[in-house]
Amino acid sequence: MNFIALKMLFGDRAKYLGIVIGLTFASLLITQQSAIFAGMMTRTFSFLSDVALPDIWVVDPQVKYIDDIRPMQDTEVLRVRGVEGVQWAVPLYKGSLAMRRTDGTYQSCVVIGLDDETLMGGPPTMVIGKLSDLRRSGGVIVDATGAAGKLAHIQPDGTRVSLKVGDEMEINDNHSVVVGICKVTQTFQANPVIYTTYSSATSFAPSQRLLLSFVTVKAKPGQDLNALCRRIEKATGLRAYTRDEFKMVTFLYYLQYTGMPINFLTAVALGFLVGVAISGQTFYNFTLDNLRYFGTLKAMGAKNGMLLRMILLQALVVGGVGYGLGVGAASAWGMLISGRTQLAFRLPWHLLVVSAVAVLVICLSSAALSIHKVMKLEPAVVFRS
Amino acid sequence: MSATINGTTQEARVAVNCKELTKTFGTGNAAVKALRGVNLEVRSGELLMLVGPSGCGKTTLISVIAGVLRRDEGDCKIFDQDYNRMSEDDTTEFRGVNIGFVFQAFNLIPSLTTAENVGTPLIINGMKPRAAVSKAREILVQVGFDERMMSSLPTDLSGGQQQRVAIARALVHQPRLIVCDEPTSALDGETGHKIMELLHTLGRGEGRALVVVTHDSRIYEFADRIAAMEDGRITQVVDSASQLKPMQKKTD
Ligand SMILES: Nc1ncnc2c1ncn2[C@@H]1O[C@H](COP(=O)(O)OP(=O)(O)OP(=O)(O)O)[C@@H](O)[C@H]1O
Ligand SMILES: [Mg+2]
Repeated sequence: MNFIALKMLFGDRAKYLGIVIGLTFASLLITQQSAIFAGMMTRTFSFLSDVALPDIWVVDPQVKYIDDIRPMQDTEVLRVRGVEGVQWAVPLYKGSLAMRRTDGTYQSCVVIGLDDETLMGGPPTMVIGKLSDLRRSGGVIVDATGAAGKLAHIQPDGTRVSLKVGDEMEINDNHSVVVGICKVTQTFQANPVIYTTYSSATSFAPSQRLLLSFVTVKAKPGQDLNALCRRIEKATGLRAYTRDEFKMVTFLYYLQYTGMPINFLTAVALGFLVGVAISGQTFYNFTLDNLRYFGTLKAMGAKNGMLLRMILLQALVVGGVGYGLGVGAASAWGMLISGRTQLAFRLPWHLLVVSAVAVLVICLSSAALSIHKVMKLEPAVVFRS
Repeated sequence: MSATINGTTQEARVAVNCKELTKTFGTGNAAVKALRGVNLEVRSGELLMLVGPSGCGKTTLISVIAGVLRRDEGDCKIFDQDYNRMSEDDTTEFRGVNIGFVFQAFNLIPSLTTAENVGTPLIINGMKPRAAVSKAREILVQVGFDERMMSSLPTDLSGGQQQRVAIARALVHQPRLIVCDEPTSALDGETGHKIMELLHTLGRGEGRALVVVTHDSRIYEFADRIAAMEDGRITQVVDSASQLKPMQKKTD
């Protein structure tokens, strides 16, 4: 019967294509939108992904997410170091400072000040130069995307020339020199990222009374991280998060306080509706068109179970083809677009499962309607013309 | 089943036995009494024609006989089996094995080739498509098809050719009862005649019965017996058309 089911399906080329295109569209839209959403959401904690070494992040108790910077006293580092189970603890500065371009305009940048001694928390990948070059006076490392984009020199004729090693720049009217280019995970705000030392950052941001944004902590081997967090909180009155906790807190904050989830859900719902409207309806019409033949098969001895399996097979085949094309198109789009632009696009396997489930739901619900119709069909209809 | 034992028992000679069969469609004021107590016997090996005016209940009767419609009251035995004692699925399976169908509108599946259409009853009964199609080809040769026509789609065939395919489909699984509802009325006279010839030569056989519903008096010659129906009842059963008494209502 599978043979007959498939022949029937492929035989009606127009309807088959209509159903597949609808499902392709739906799975493309769902996959692509959720991949963008996932990409955006991982960018919210990209800094936490890049600074991989510390186990624990200590912040002011008021802090709600990673970009919610509330400076602390420099001495807090010492207090954290005193807690039992801490292997090391180093200061980290993160702030937003204005950088002056050669043409006099300003660009807001994320400035990260690393502990002078250890340079803990540096960029994940260096493209040009070494991290230790930061120790040169006024030395900064600039992220490649920023260097080629927002920080590039704009020539009088309009062309952009990337910022390169040796170029000088002014941060908050302080002189600095580019000593390296690095790669970072795109941030949510997509501002250029500039690395410097904690002490340089102090001089870049002199008006700020307090500079310590985070104390990053490495636990001694074998420590229970949650217990250590509680000990740090007790000893300092600050808030201590494990890295994953801090990611989650940040993620949830953006989820709750931005319109992104609504946008995303709207797009996904739209994809779903398109799928149901086009494919579901076409599939049902396809069954209705073939009702006479389902009736004939029934009269000739095809049991309801057989007809049910035929329709399910037809639904699963269009679902599989539509899903494959849709997910394929979404990944191709993602590769193309994320290579060329700064758009966030992340397609972990979970999302593939999510869109597979969505397509499956569309297929099975339209199949259910069709199956209901065919089950109820009286074989006696075959004699009515 | 006693019916399969070499045609000597009483049951074996009787393919269909209906007694006081009734069927009403709808209820209350809208009720239509399609069958009002049908008594009919169809013998194994014969081609019985069922004739009568439009709306007298012919289609309803063969639907009940073929097991695609449940009767209300009365008795109806098909090779000594009673649909009313079978589950829905068993009835369906019984049809798949024992009944062949020929329809006025052919009802060939448009996306299947001629040979695949003919093989369908075998596939339904569990045969692999490849084997079913090769079996179908053998029988298509008997109805006069060549290789090219076997792999063409129904829409590429004339009405007469389509009905020949349908006859091949009704025969391919060797059913014991073949029901045909106006098999020639969509065809011109000459083609209809050829179709009946085919049904008469290929369809009739030891232990197999054919019931052919028709309006077309030009094909009465192919009947072994003719049952005339009027207003939901069988009014006469005769051996040849010349014996038919005029009906109260005119056959159109
Ligand atoms: N499913 C149904 N629902 C309601 N009434 C029906 C149904 N099927 C048949 N009838 C009615 O039952 C009566 C007998 O119908 P049937 O189709 O058996 O007649 P017929 O002899 O085959 O007629 P025709 O020669 O026109 O095909 C008619 O009055 C018809 O309208
Ligand atoms: Mg009729």
